[in-house]
Parts: sequence; structure tokens; C-alpha cells
Amino acid sequence: MFKWFGRVNYTPYTKVSDFARHLKNGRLMGSRCRHCGATSFPPKADCDACMSGDFEFVEVSGAGTLVTFTKIVAAPTGFEDVAPYNIGVLDLADGGRALAWLGETVPEADIAIGMELQLVPRILEELEEIKVYYTLERPGTTWSTAAADA
Amino acid sequence: MTRVGIIGLGHGVFGRRSDATVQELAFEAFREAMEDAGIERSRIDASVIGAVPEYHKQRSLAGVVQEYLGLVPKPTWLTEVACASGSAAIRTAWLSIKAGVHDVVAVVGCQKMTELGTAEILALMGRVGEVQWESGFGTTFPGYYAMFAKRHMHEFGTTRDQLTDVAIKNHFYGAMNPKALFRKAITKEKVAASEDVATPFQVYDCCANADGAACVILAREAVAKEVSSAPVWLSGMGCATASMSVLRRPSLVGLPSAEAAAAQAYAMAGITAKDVKVADVHDCFTIAEIMAYEDVGFCKKGEGGPFVADRQTYIGGTVAVNVDGGLKAKGHPIGATGVSMTYEIAKQLRGEAGERQVPDADVGLTHNVGGIGQYCFVQVLTRD
Ligand SMILES: [Zn+2]
Repeated sequence: MFKWFGRVNYTPYTKVSDFARHLKNGRLMGSRCRHCGATSFPPKADCDACMSGDFEFVEVSGAGTLVTFTKIVAAPTGFEDVAPYNIGVLDLADGGRALAWLGETVPEADIAIGMELQLVPRILEELEEIKVYYTLERPGTTWSTAAADA
Repeated sequence: MTRVGIIGLGHGVFGRRSDATVQELAFEAFREAMEDAGIERSRIDASVIGAVPEYHKQRSLAGVVQEYLGLVPKPTWLTEVACASGSAAIRTAWLSIKAGVHDVVAVVGCQKMTELGTAEILALMGRVGEVQWESGFGTTFPGYYAMFAKRHMHEFGTTRDQLTDVAIKNHFYGAMNPKALFRKAITKEKVAASEDVATPFQVYDCCANADGAACVILAREAVAKEVSSAPVWLSGMGCATASMSVLRRPSLVGLPSAEAAAAQAYAMAGITAKDVKVADVHDCFTIAEIMAYEDVGFCKKGEGGPFVADRQTYIGGTVAVNVDGGLKAKGHPIGATGVSMTYEIAKQLRGEAGERQVPDADVGLTHNVGGIGQYCFVQVLTRD
């Protein structure tokens, strides 16, 4: 189901494809190695630390700190109609990082490196096919129930 | 073990070359390098071609170039590590000579980027990052370096004006380079008036796609001394990687691959950053040149902005950097760029750089980055 992930998806098949199913259900999942306990976000099937391929999904809070950001004006194929858009890199409190769009709860003028943000699951509701992703929002922003019911 | 010398240098004009195929561009550089070396073509044992295949309609480029250069049936192969493909070609040629397999190897970096239409270029641009977790959010090549720039500004107070200073310097020197795409100096006002690409970058923070080729002929020490009165030596060869994904980069204010590659190259050559008089660094974006100063040790981490603002990287400063115009003004035909850097530094060490000549240039450096730093090659060049 990883073909659901991203506005444009280049990788429909992966060993961590259930990530997208969990995201559709409003849960952010990282991975934990069943052999040595090392964790990763984004999830990774094969352990960096011990090379084991035995992993399980573990939920992460999505809370974090903005490391850097930019406003993309010159957009690539598939993003022309949404440009310009702000993307940022979040250092997650539970470890790991995420790259995502800055969402509507964060006005452009307020975006600042070091600010606390929340990674929030989303569904692109305007599209016929299922598209799941996440955005960076003000802490306390909740996962929309409309999207969860879809 | 034998040293490896540079005995031939060739360089075509970079730009929109709708007058030539990629193998014709390769030949321009090869012919000039062969005339420079003054050896028979039969003495070439092998060729290595640096290029990024997805830009060309012709698949498996090395064979086509090899045929056009008239080097069949000698061996050839292609190296690809994004924008560092040219330096990878030099490295594998160097390794083959070090290993005692070949005596003389022709290295050709070549790229035709204007064969593709805008739509194809935009589609390629959307896949420049890590495609599983990042490209689905519309990341771009300038976008990644823009995020490095934002972080660098945040941590060190690097300014918009300092980014502009890099562009102004490189266009200033590009104007003196007959092989460059842009041969005109620019002003601060011109940079400020250019369109936004990815904040804080505007058009003049970004290098331009181009067509072009460069060639260096490498030879083992005995051959180099036989055919050349003053060969330039590949004395330090560093190469390292960093994660493709920015999600796995601990620091976003420099390239760990560049730091590692520079350390290797200095150790092998037995020099330090202070010994370098002239350098070509990978200024695909203005911040990339500032980070390069720091990563290779020309100044401390975080001081790259003031370093360029104080004109320390102009001729006459601490170390002359990108006085051929850099990627910024010379153009960036990605497979050719690394070879073009080695060409320029070897020319400088020979004292053949004309009005851009750096006085007393006896030690030079190249710093060629692939992608957003997942690959970096650093070379130290010396003369006897
Ligand atoms: Zn493990």
C-alpha cells in the first residue's frame, strides 16, 4: 500500500509498506529491530546497527523541532499547481527525522528554525485515489476525523 | 609505487551546444588534450568516461564516445556518481595506473543536458532526492541546498549579501574565461532582482545546466617524465560518501563527505589546507562554495561567509577559488565538471591560466560533489 504515500509516489513496493496503511489510520509508525532494539524513523526494514531484517512497527508521537526549511518556488513535475510551498525537516523527539510540508496552522511569517512542531497525518481528499502524507503543524493540532473516516 | 602525472589537457566551450552531439563535444576536448600531450593515439591504453546517462538519448555512452575518439579496441568504461562523475572517472583511471594495469589513460567528462525538453528536466528534478520519503513532497535540488543555506544562516549568521558575494566573484572571473557559459560580470542589484527559486535562493544563486566536455590524459611517472617537461601530479586523492537522505545527516551546515575526502587527500599528499594556493570547488549553489571553504579547511566552520565577503578567495587573497568562473559562471555539464576542475587547476600549476593566473601556484585542489553531498572527491595537485 505504499503507493498511497506522497503526492507523487515513486516507490509503490517496499518492505515497510504497512507504514502507509497505519498513516491512513492516523498513526505515525517508526520501526524497531526485534533483534537489537534499534529504532528508526522513517521506518527501515533492515537494521543499521545489527543487519537483522526482523523488525516491528512502533508508534511515534510526531512531536519535534524544526531543523530547517525552504519555500519551493520552482517546482518539479507533479507539484506545479501547488507551488509555491514550504517544506521543512523535523527532528523528532522520539528519534529520527521527517521531511514534510509546513501545514496551514503555521503561517509563513511564523516559520522559524527551532520552533516546536507536530507531524500530523493527512489524506489528500481532493484526489480520487488514496493519497496519504503528513504535514508539520502547531503542537496540539489533531488528526482530522473526516480524513480518518475516508 | 608510481606517481600519476597529468600529461594532456583539453576543454571545450561550455554552453548550449546545439551544434554538436555528445561524442563530438567529447572529441573537441580529447583532440586538444592529445595535441597538448604530443603523443600518438596508439599510446592510450584505455579511456574512462564520466557522464550521467539519464540526460542522453544515446544509451551506454562510453562505447559511442570510445568509437568516435578512435580508441577501439582499447578498454573503456563509464563512471556515474551524479555531478561528481568526472572526478570518479579520474579516480578510476588513477587507480588503474597505480595498479600497474595501464600506463596511459584518457579521461573524458562529457554531458549534453540540453537534449531534454523542459518537461523532462522538471521530471528529473523531482527525483533528485531520496524518492521514498522525500520526493513525494516536491523536493528539488536547489531546495535541498536552500535548506542547508537556511541552517547555515541560522547557526552562523551567514547573510544574503555573502551568498551574493560568491556569485559576483565567480561571474567576475567567468568573464575572463573563454570556455565559460556566462562571460559577463554581474552586480548585486542584478542578483537581487532575479526570480526566487527556493528561499533564500534566487536565479543567480544557482548554476546553469550546460553542454560540454573536458579531457585529461594521465600517465605513470616514467611516461609522464618522458613526454612532459613539467608534469602536474595527482598527489592526493580523497573520496567519501554521506547519506543520500537529509533525514540521516546529523549536520546540515556542511558535507561530511567533503570533510572526509579532503582529510584523505591532504594526508596522501602530505600537505595541509594552508598550502593550497588555488582551488576549484563545487559551487552548484552559492552556499555550496561557502560550505566548501569550511569543509576543506580554508577557514573555520561558520566563517565561510565573512571569508568571501573579505575577498579572501579572490586572486591575491588567502586562496584563489573558482577563478575559472566555477560551476556558477562556467556552466555545469554535470559529467564534465570534475574533469574541468582538474583541467583548470593543472593549467594554473603550469602557469598557463593567462589573465586569471594565480601567482606562485604550486599546490592546487579540486572539490567535486555528487548530488547533495552523497559523494565527494577531493584532489590535491602538485608540481615538482
Ligand atoms: Zn538490530
